Amino acid sequence: MQDLLIGTLTQGLIYALISFGVYITYSILDFPDLGVDGTFPLGAAVTAVLLTRGVNAWLTLPIAMLVGALAGLFTGLVHVKLGVRNLLAGIITMTALFSINLQIAGSNLTVDRATDTIFTSGPVMAVLGDMSLMGRKLVVSLLLVVAVKLVMDAYFRTKSGLLLRAVGDNAGLVTTLAKDRGMVKLMGLVLSNALVALGGCVVCHEQRSFSATMGTGQLVYGLAAVIIGVSLMNFYTGSPVSQALRKNKALGWLAVPAGTTAVVLGSVLYKLCIQAALSAGLPANMMKLATAALFLLVLVLSGRKGEEIIHA
Amino acid sequence: MLEIREVTKVYNPGTVMEQKLFDRFSLTVDEGQFVAIVGSNGSGKTSLLNIICGSIPIEGGDVLIDGQSIAKRKDYQRYVQMGRVYQNPSAGTCPNLTMLENLALADNKGKAFNLGRAVDRRRIDSYREQLQGLGLGLEDKLNVRMGALSGGQRQAVALLMATMTPLRFLILDEHTAALDPKTAETIMVLTDKVVREKRLTAMMVTHNLRYAVEYGDRILMMNRGRVVMDRSGDEKTGTNAGDILAMFNQISLESGS
Repeated sequence: MQDLLIGTLTQGLIYALISFGVYITYSILDFPDLGVDGTFPLGAAVTAVLLTRGVNAWLTLPIAMLVGALAGLFTGLVHVKLGVRNLLAGIITMTALFSINLQIAGSNLTVDRATDTIFTSGPVMAVLGDMSLMGRKLVVSLLLVVAVKLVMDAYFRTKSGLLLRAVGDNAGLVTTLAKDRGMVKLMGLVLSNALVALGGCVVCHEQRSFSATMGTGQLVYGLAAVIIGVSLMNFYTGSPVSQALRKNKALGWLAVPAGTTAVVLGSVLYKLCIQAALSAGLPANMMKLATAALFLLVLVLSGRKGEEIIHA
Repeated sequence: MLEIREVTKVYNPGTVMEQKLFDRFSLTVDEGQFVAIVGSNGSGKTSLLNIICGSIPIEGGDVLIDGQSIAKRKDYQRYVQMGRVYQNPSAGTCPNLTMLENLALADNKGKAFNLGRAVDRRRIDSYREQLQGLGLGLEDKLNVRMGALSGGQRQAVALLMATMTPLRFLILDEHTAALDPKTAETIMVLTDKVVREKRLTAMMVTHNLRYAVEYGDRILMMNRGRVVMDRSGDEKTGTNAGDILAMFNQISLESGS
């Protein structure tokens, strides 16, 4: 039971990396990027190949991000330069990547036990060697997610980050600021897909495998995590607890959590819900159905029935 | 000097809906002039502004600044020296960013949007001072989400943002139309102040004939893609809102609308 909980928490944290990417496109840019379903396995495919070729485990993280960034650049160019609607641009990337991923990996790929992953590599063993593998996975994932979250928070406070938030909020204003809104969107898609591929990379480390179909439903997962997280945060910031904290000097920073924190919580919560369903006897084959049903429930309950997706 | 030279604008070209709005339309606006543009719906007022800003393509002709063609420049490139305030108060600001973040965005226009800190704390006093100048008590609301402010407050901030950095042209697209009379008056006074102080060349589309007479150095009346009245200098001084209304009604009768 404890193992199951630790495993689920780890999953929730790792998938938060993907949700970060979805947060940038969907929540900030107002761009539902279906390319995620292709970029996620792309990150895993690249990682699986690199690991089996003996590349250093930690080096696969930046490489996967770079490859993911290229996929985002492609979606962005199709949308911005060729003028294809955002949903369709993502679908084109997703479809193309299915073949490309198989081309990269050759076929479904397994990384053998002898190969070091980020959870078993030298530096991690030196510090966390006494822990079980499950414990190490949890700690490493947590550190990774916190690090990425802090970098993202810092980025959103830069001029570039502010412009990115502005383009999703009011693209017309960005034009009157003498900035090419297309380029800003492009930048957002590059960042987002780099994060999604990073998620795919870490998942590959965790489960030691790549499969061509592992991307199916990832956007829905990310969206659900983002919407659960953001809805809970909105509920919390409107609550008396948050109002009271705002007046407290020492604890005031707890009153309005960052969007990225909300995304991590949303992701962990969503994984827990799905795991609960599986533990209650739901067959594994029904997992995507459960994911979709839960997503629908979240949309209806949060009052955000995806209008943003339709009008965008 | 801003010049529109023999511009042709056709909507829905090549379809049954094809409609030629401008046919070799020309207009010259002098440096520092405050041009008020009036006319009925569909007369081409907003299209004219959109053509100047590059928001819509043209089928022929040229747009020039100081004799240099800007027709090939993209909209965002033209805004380097232009500011624009729209009819919709929410069009000029980002609703989910705070007022401080909005002002920081506008303050950085013309500079690089790099990895430097978005909000320069040293500029806050200057923002407060500028907000105080609006006289709406906004200086204490820097950390309020823009979307939580009223339409008039948002429009005042939008005007401030549009004119914060050095610019030459101010484009006002019925920017008081969505406001209540008192707020509209406030925004209009603020507009006049900033145009005079910064010696801007302004083009204001308005349905308020009194504002056109009161604040414009030059009044243009448009009808079906043509300028049907163009008064400036002494001729404009002798014009009152009643004269314009009479002209307006006469045109409406002639065109049967």
